[in-house]
Amino acid sequence: MGFSDADLAAIGLTLRLAGITTVLLLFIGTPIAWWLARTRSWWKGPVGAVVALPLVLPPTVLGFYLLVAMGPHGPVGQFTQWLGIGTLPFTFWGLVVASVFYSMPFVVQPIQNAIESLGERPLEVAATLRAGPWDTFFSVVLPLARPGFLTATILGFAHTVGEFGVVLMIGGNIPGVTRVVSVQIYDHVEALEYAEAHWLAGAMVLFSFLVLLALYTLNPTARRKPS
Amino acid sequence: MSDDILARFQLDWPGFALDVDLTLPGRGVTALFGHSGSGKTTLLRCIAGLERAPGGYLAVDGAVWQDGRHFLPTYRRPLGYVFQEASLFPHLSARGNLEYGMKRVRDAMARSALEHAVDLLGIGALLDRKPDQLSGGERQRVAIARALALKPRLLLMDEPLAALDFKRKQEILPYLERLHDELDIPLLYVTHSPDEVAQLADHLVLLEEGSVRAAGPLGEMMTRLDLPLARDEAAESIIETVVASHDDKYNLTYLDCRGGRFAVGRLQRGTGKPARVRIHARDVSLALKEHRDSSIVNILQARVQEIVPLNDWQMIVRLGLGPDAAIPLLARITRRSADLLELAPGKAVYAQVKSVVLAD
Repeated sequence: MGFSDADLAAIGLTLRLAGITTVLLLFIGTPIAWWLARTRSWWKGPVGAVVALPLVLPPTVLGFYLLVAMGPHGPVGQFTQWLGIGTLPFTFWGLVVASVFYSMPFVVQPIQNAIESLGERPLEVAATLRAGPWDTFFSVVLPLARPGFLTATILGFAHTVGEFGVVLMIGGNIPGVTRVVSVQIYDHVEALEYAEAHWLAGAMVLFSFLVLLALYTLNPTARRKPS
Repeated sequence: MSDDILARFQLDWPGFALDVDLTLPGRGVTALFGHSGSGKTTLLRCIAGLERAPGGYLAVDGAVWQDGRHFLPTYRRPLGYVFQEASLFPHLSARGNLEYGMKRVRDAMARSALEHAVDLLGIGALLDRKPDQLSGGERQRVAIARALALKPRLLLMDEPLAALDFKRKQEILPYLERLHDELDIPLLYVTHSPDEVAQLADHLVLLEEGSVRAAGPLGEMMTRLDLPLARDEAAESIIETVVASHDDKYNLTYLDCRGGRFAVGRLQRGTGKPARVRIHARDVSLALKEHRDSSIVNILQARVQEIVPLNDWQMIVRLGLGPDAAIPLLARITRRSADLLELAPGKAVYAQVKSVVLAD
């Protein structure tokens, strides 16, 4: 017994999806987190709420709207068709786009919290030592907020691995293209293949445990003791 | 003069307004002095560019850092800044902190100059430690060295001792005094401590509720009777002197100023060296004749310049020492004595100084 080829394909696809999504989210989420952490604008509340929406919405709702938006008549769909790349639903990249939205709060919020807890002072000190804004980000913010970035990376990755509802709405169930582990488990259960389902489900439990273990041991809050 | 600092800022925040128009000397230590909420830190932050005052104007040493149209961001201003609390980067060692700024300026301190600064501040043995392994005073000394290492054109310090306890303050003050003697750039020093002012400042800017109450040389500012400093319980005069000679028999050192000669306990410094003394107003008494039969050593000729009531039983008198009455000295006496001696502006008296304290 063990993993079938289809199971392994699903695992590979899941890891690829989660990896690409996490990298994209670090690039997209960091500026958003930076802005949310430092702005005094009235827009902070609304933007923060929109970013956090996936935390409370049923994934099917998010998936439904993304499906409509990316479909042939939706604004995103019209745009992608104009670009000549067709429509995104039921493709791997459609899943990536959906995952970016779905996992956004898990990346933005830890980074935002880390930057907020730094406060203004280190940035002001860097400025008085001739460091420009980008220089300050890489030489001061990134090292000091590293625990936040680590948490964001782990949570973003793990959360993408665990998504199901959005995948089903946007990606459907196409082997090798959109059939990720969670969908594969669902298929096994539907087909009453409980033994196969056990293997994958067990692997997910182990994976999730290890991720959280890493999160709590590698990232003790004591290391951010202010001085 | 073009090497002065010209600063003009206006801010209108909810509950606080800053409105200053200052010309500060391009040399020496200028203390920005006032109560909390007087705007002294805000003024310093405006000068550093950490606070944006639209429409403000700032020129340092002939270079315009800010005017109506241009605003040089903080990281482009050739300044050094020491914050109130330790502001070392916790992820870098003391050495890493020192080098952080040096790497980013073209004409940073040469090795030898840095070693000198490290010696001056006594942090040579601490360089490999992380900030959380340093005491508050040590951290602040590293922060001062870090600012000096940039070879700034202007040094700004925001209450660098305020977060430290008395012992740590005493540990850093000597370093600041040595800095004062060696520094050839202007230092703007924010403080609410009269002691730090007396020990470090050459000039004083007195801030009240966001505006400048008065500004000028320290000796003059301390003794102006229209300012709160002279009316304080701890009012004192600051006098710059030079070491004239030593008395080996009685172990005294004679200090000369234009107003006369003071005798103090023997000092370990050579003749010709400067010495700053502090004289409390309560330690000065007045007489119409020169009493040779008194144990008081320091008796100087003076002329009454101004006399005002302090409360219902005391008067504060500003005297001018010396033949041209150029050196101001405060005396606090009873109203009864003022009447008895018939003190009035212009009257010649003898100032009997009970205690002269070295300030540096």
